[in-house]
Amino acid sequence: MTTAPDTKTASAPRAVTKPSLVRALALRWDTAVGVLLVAVLVVGLGTTEGFGSTENLAFAFNDIAEVALIALPMTLLVVAGQVDLSVASMLGLGSALTGALWEAGWAFETIVPVVLLVGVAGGLLNGWLVTKVGLPSLAVTIGTLALYRGLASVALGSDAVTDFPQVYADWAVDTTTVPGTFLTYPVLLFVVLAAVTAVVLHATGLGRSLFAIGAQEEAAYFAGIRVKRIKLLLFVVTGLFSAFAGVVFTLRYGSARADNGLGFEMLVIASVLLGGIDFDGGKGTLFGAVAGVLLIGLLKNLLTLNDIANEVQVIVTGLLLVASVLTPRVVAAVVERRHRRAANTPAPQQ
Amino acid sequence: MMLRNAAGRRAVATAATAVSLALALTACSGTTKDSEDTGGAKAGSSAKADPDAPLKKGLKLGFLPKQINNPYEKIVDEAGIAAAKEYGGTGKEVGPSDANASSQVSYINTLIQQRQDAILIAANDPNAVCGPLKQAMKKDIKVVAYDSDTAKDCRQLFINQASSEEIGRSLVQHLGEQIGYKGKVAILSATQNATNQNTWIEYMKEELKLPKYKDMKLVKVAYGDDADQKSFQQTQGLMQAYPDLKGIISPTTVGIAAAARYLSDSSYKGKVVLNGLGTPNQMRKYVKDGTVEQFSLWNPEELGYLGSYAAAALASGQITGAEGEKFEAGKLGEYTVGKDGEVILGEPTVFDSKNIDTFDF
Repeated sequence: MTTAPDTKTASAPRAVTKPSLVRALALRWDTAVGVLLVAVLVVGLGTTEGFGSTENLAFAFNDIAEVALIALPMTLLVVAGQVDLSVASMLGLGSALTGALWEAGWAFETIVPVVLLVGVAGGLLNGWLVTKVGLPSLAVTIGTLALYRGLASVALGSDAVTDFPQVYADWAVDTTTVPGTFLTYPVLLFVVLAAVTAVVLHATGLGRSLFAIGAQEEAAYFAGIRVKRIKLLLFVVTGLFSAFAGVVFTLRYGSARADNGLGFEMLVIASVLLGGIDFDGGKGTLFGAVAGVLLIGLLKNLLTLNDIANEVQVIVTGLLLVASVLTPRVVAAVVERRHRRAANTPAPQQ
Repeated sequence: MMLRNAAGRRAVATAATAVSLALALTACSGTTKDSEDTGGAKAGSSAKADPDAPLKKGLKLGFLPKQINNPYEKIVDEAGIAAAKEYGGTGKEVGPSDANASSQVSYINTLIQQRQDAILIAANDPNAVCGPLKQAMKKDIKVVAYDSDTAKDCRQLFINQASSEEIGRSLVQHLGEQIGYKGKVAILSATQNATNQNTWIEYMKEELKLPKYKDMKLVKVAYGDDADQKSFQQTQGLMQAYPDLKGIISPTTVGIAAAARYLSDSSYKGKVVLNGLGTPNQMRKYVKDGTVEQFSLWNPEELGYLGSYAAAALASGQITGAEGEKFEAGKLGEYTVGKDGEVILGEPTVFDSKNIDTFDF
């Protein structure tokens, strides 16, 4: 256990000149995203009629339920220096299979575990290609992105299957909320899974191993971390979550289609990066990732309620994303320079 | 290390057992398509129609096209918004920039929150939009589908451009005449799930079954997703796959313009007959340079205008969407609600070199 280097402290800016609490918080991007999230909420409540209604909040959060669910394993993957671009295709495959099997007369209770197993299989394929064949995850999952979407089209063609059992459909829709709250059941599930993921990432050896792998894979390997096995596991969990998100998506829209969730992988990755997870791996918090997901969802809802055109929304999201990647680096550079100057002043060598 | 791995292995084993148990348990019995009776209560309002009720002032209408930057839908929506002004209401157009099945849903929620009096929607997917539309109707927001229908119980009215049967059959009839009822033909459609396109294609296939078309063969239905570039590529692909293709029907304004653009620059110009549904302004150039002889379309401005008045009639209580009810649609005159809440605008217009300059949309 002790062999795993604690990269979080190792990578944090060293020797901040005035280590006050406020300052430490201000330097963290994920905290900034959290503040931004609260700001959007406050602005929305203050300016926009209907924004604060239970119904709208239920909708706004439920609208990103699938993205949020997939963002959890994606956070772990990116922390470990990997990425999975095939998630949205796996969502589509999950949706198409759900539809095809339902059409074929299968019981819904059988379909779900089968779809989940397919997700596991897809994750295994990704993981196997990355760990055993040794290909970069970006390249592998660009390939499986096309492959899984293709399989989805084979499974269901251009059909759309509808009429899923009411009892399950009601579970996923925006109008069914957990009594007394604005949380829908998919969102509630996300909250539970996010808590579990947070514990895994920040309070277990496995979590520390992920940071170690993301920071310095070779060092992690020599420190005795089973790098390949962990990476394989991450891809499997991601495949599983993506397939499950496919079921949720299908029920939520009541429409199983091969092209469901087209382009969602970008939304998931954008949310995770927005939350301050370093794309190079080794840095980030689950709190940040969750805040990133919620921020994108709430902002979209608020902008739409104010009739802001879709194009502008895309620009806003893009700017936020660039800021999220840029700001920590700028801050780090500034801190580094100040630190160096402080170190240099007493003993000017040249 | 050892401990963690042992724990990890145990966790994986537990998970595996759980999954297989779940599988075993659930495989025996469960909810299947056959066991389920889809008991969706009809969401329409039970209020009585009052044909003499005046149109309410200050009605708020939200137009939700398939995608916001589709030139054809813009024409429809702008005419609808202009019509709203005539009866003292206001209209606006909101919508997604892509034509995905699910992307309209968040806009419906938005229109509900903004307390519009009516939502007019051209559905990308008949079912994906159903949940929120039913919710809208529950809140007494009227729902009118136009151009592309939703599932029947998710809206009160469907404003159909022309009877689907007439559109589908007439396109095949026109193309048949143009190519002498002989040769390979293909269809270039929009998205694979576009309700209106698919209905027309069904009728085209029906028409092609008639004996006079025995020498005409439909070789492929291609999908350009209502994206200009993709439709262009699909046309290119069609010509590569079937160099002896005689005719293409493109029942979508984006598709036919892209196909015409490809044909006009290729050696197939004048050899392949292109017909379908297009707007005069988009197609004028290709009619003049001889790429396209004729195409058809209903008047999209009249479609939007009629939709707007129909929504106002609903919101004012003149009609409820039941078969046989009548309402006044401004300068277009009186319309009657048909079966399943369908209102038909009229016959499509055929545009050719003789009349195209009299239209501007």
